[in-house]
Amino acid sequence: MGIFDKFKKIVSKKESKEEKERVETYEKGLEKTRQEFVSNLSRLGIKYTKVNEEYFEELENLLIMADIGVNTVFKFMDRIRDRVKKENITDTNYLNEVIVDELFIIYVNNESLSDKIEWAQSGPTVILMVGVNGVGKTTTIAKLAYKYHEEGKKVMMIAADTFRAGAVPQLKIWADKTDSLFFGKENTDPSGVIYDGLEIAKKENVDIVLIDTAGRLQNKVNLMKELEKMNKVIGRIIPGAPHETLLVIDATTGQNGIVQAESFKEITNITGIVLTKLDGTAKGGIVLAIKESVGIPVKFIGLGEKMTDLQVFDIEAYIYGLFKDMIGHE
Amino acid sequence: MFEYMGDRLSKAIKNIRGMGRITEENINEAMREIRMALLEADVNYQVVKEFVNNVKEKALGMEVGKNLKPDELFIKLVKDELISLLGSEVAPLETKKNPTILLLVGLQGSGKTTTAGKLANYLRKKESKHPLLVACDVYRPAAIDQLKEIGSSLNIPVFEEGKKNPVDIVKDALAFAKENKNDYIIIDTAGRLHIDDNLMKELQDISDFVHPDEILLVIDAMMGQDAIHVIEGFNDALKLTGCILTKLDGNTKGGVALSVRHLTNVPIKFVGDSEKLDGLSAFYPERMAERILDMGDIMGIAEKVEGIISEDEAKDQMKKMQSGKYDLEDFLTNLKQIKKLGPLENILKMLPGMRKMGLNNVEIDPKQMAHVEAIILSMTPYERRHPDILKASRKQRIAKGSGRSVEEINRLLKQFEEMKKMMKMMQNGNLKLPF
Repeated sequence: MGIFDKFKKIVSKKESKEEKERVETYEKGLEKTRQEFVSNLSRLGIKYTKVNEEYFEELENLLIMADIGVNTVFKFMDRIRDRVKKENITDTNYLNEVIVDELFIIYVNNESLSDKIEWAQSGPTVILMVGVNGVGKTTTIAKLAYKYHEEGKKVMMIAADTFRAGAVPQLKIWADKTDSLFFGKENTDPSGVIYDGLEIAKKENVDIVLIDTAGRLQNKVNLMKELEKMNKVIGRIIPGAPHETLLVIDATTGQNGIVQAESFKEITNITGIVLTKLDGTAKGGIVLAIKESVGIPVKFIGLGEKMTDLQVFDIEAYIYGLFKDMIGHE
Repeated sequence: MFEYMGDRLSKAIKNIRGMGRITEENINEAMREIRMALLEADVNYQVVKEFVNNVKEKALGMEVGKNLKPDELFIKLVKDELISLLGSEVAPLETKKNPTILLLVGLQGSGKTTTAGKLANYLRKKESKHPLLVACDVYRPAAIDQLKEIGSSLNIPVFEEGKKNPVDIVKDALAFAKENKNDYIIIDTAGRLHIDDNLMKELQDISDFVHPDEILLVIDAMMGQDAIHVIEGFNDALKLTGCILTKLDGNTKGGVALSVRHLTNVPIKFVGDSEKLDGLSAFYPERMAERILDMGDIMGIAEKVEGIISEDEAKDQMKKMQSGKYDLEDFLTNLKQIKKLGPLENILKMLPGMRKMGLNNVEIDPKQMAHVEAIILSMTPYERRHPDILKASRKQRIAKGSGRSVEEINRLLKQFEEMKKMMKMMQNGNLKLPF
């Protein structure tokens, strides 16, 4: 059981303080998420000592409730059934391990995943934030700015959400709080704002530029075209940019998350996902489905409202966060 | 009408057609597809289970009459059950009291501030009220600015006192409203998690102080299975009187509507269906049911089209489309017919499957259609029948005649070719949509 060993290693690995802190943030942030999910799963194990059809049905229920995505769950269930048959698994405790293992496989899918940010060889690194309305783009930018500022980088924010009332002042407040440079204008063409902003970024020798865009529902053709234009403008001023285009997805999002990822990927080269609001009761399971169907990895997750609550995504820590109690039961 | 529903669902239901009666075996596949459709629409798992069992039970007890085929009977049953789950009656907003106080609550990013503006606009327009907006989101940076900006664009007063205790703000707002004879008070609050006890307590304090006539939960239509925790969390703390479902102009099915109504009995009062400040509509259970089943309002289109195109004409056109002989002359005829139908966006919205393709919200510029018409009208009838012969010099002539550019003509021709290809694919049944 590869993944379980890895978890145990994480638990026992006390060597680095940082590592330990990171795992703790995950545990704390995912507390609510985990409580229900794991207690359900272990209840399942108590209720059914033998693996049977009813067990499968309840398991399926559990996974769907975590928003893992209907198709992904159905395929997943087929695989689990397969393994149960082939390996002649009857013990539900052992099956729990198989489940975690298979969930991990869905996400990893034999690829070498990079959760790292792609830095520019020279000049400013540009990160473009996109997503539907209300997912937390602006707040995520603030958290990223804080993080990179702490790392000693010169950060700049560009407010290209020229549509929503109050969006520009909202970002400005965050720029002041995080000691970032700021450029933004209200009620104008966002591509124009980006153009001017990036020129300044080059002059000021900024290390990292975070661009906030207006929330757009993925089926609004005009708004998606606008995004295409912004992308072109960015590439024209800084060749090779944007170095990262991050799609922000709300952890409470259901099946529509898959469509969001697909549609945004068609327009721009989405390099990663930021999964926000995981500190509620939502499981954010849709990222597994997104990874499976669109192949976009999660790069950051938001585990709370504090500036330090944005974490680099770590699939092992995430799944461990979900299943910690269960592993403890062994 | 089933041909137009979600592909798999319609196939499954077709199988019931021709059966003498409804038996467990012949509805099994359809039941499975309905279950999938509901789960994919983010309807709560428990609700789906109950619903499927309910429908199954009722379907098996049904008498197949002479006039109704079993498949028709079955789909009617499914739709009716959905509607009854969604709440058969429209739940109107409290409007009698003076002043009426509305408290908007919800998670972060669900759209409370925008909805507050939309509600104020709606009340003024539809009910001739004089609403006052009250800014109580004292946490999110610039949230007050946002409400102020919305208020000023609508010319609706906004009461704010910066970052103070929300209860104090509300207290002063009530006095302000009395003085200014505002008959509606809409309170915008900060987004919060339903498990954040401190912030939930703050809402309770506001509620205990003003005794709002309505406490409305603003909820994102794209929400997944976690919706039930959120709804229950807010409802337990505050006794909600209604829900407003936002961002329904996305291509989400909005199955959360079913969960809200069925599991908490809180009625849905409005839906937000555009980013503009007039994008708020009353909630209609029937439309929601059709959206979830991806049925579309085919009946509505059929009625509209009937008056304009004769049946023979339509059959003729269909044949041409399928054989690939459809040319620009036919296209021109169709264009004229379509114009008679009224704004094309509205028709597209009625078409099932359009939502999936993301075409339900396409904004079609009537000017663009006029340009297309001008280009085709500048061609000779022979050119319209044989667009292949259009080379540079002919294109230049057409460009001059229509006042459009050669580029535009090229684009039109390319699009037309693609359209023809699509028509052929539809005929061959090979049309695979990318989802």
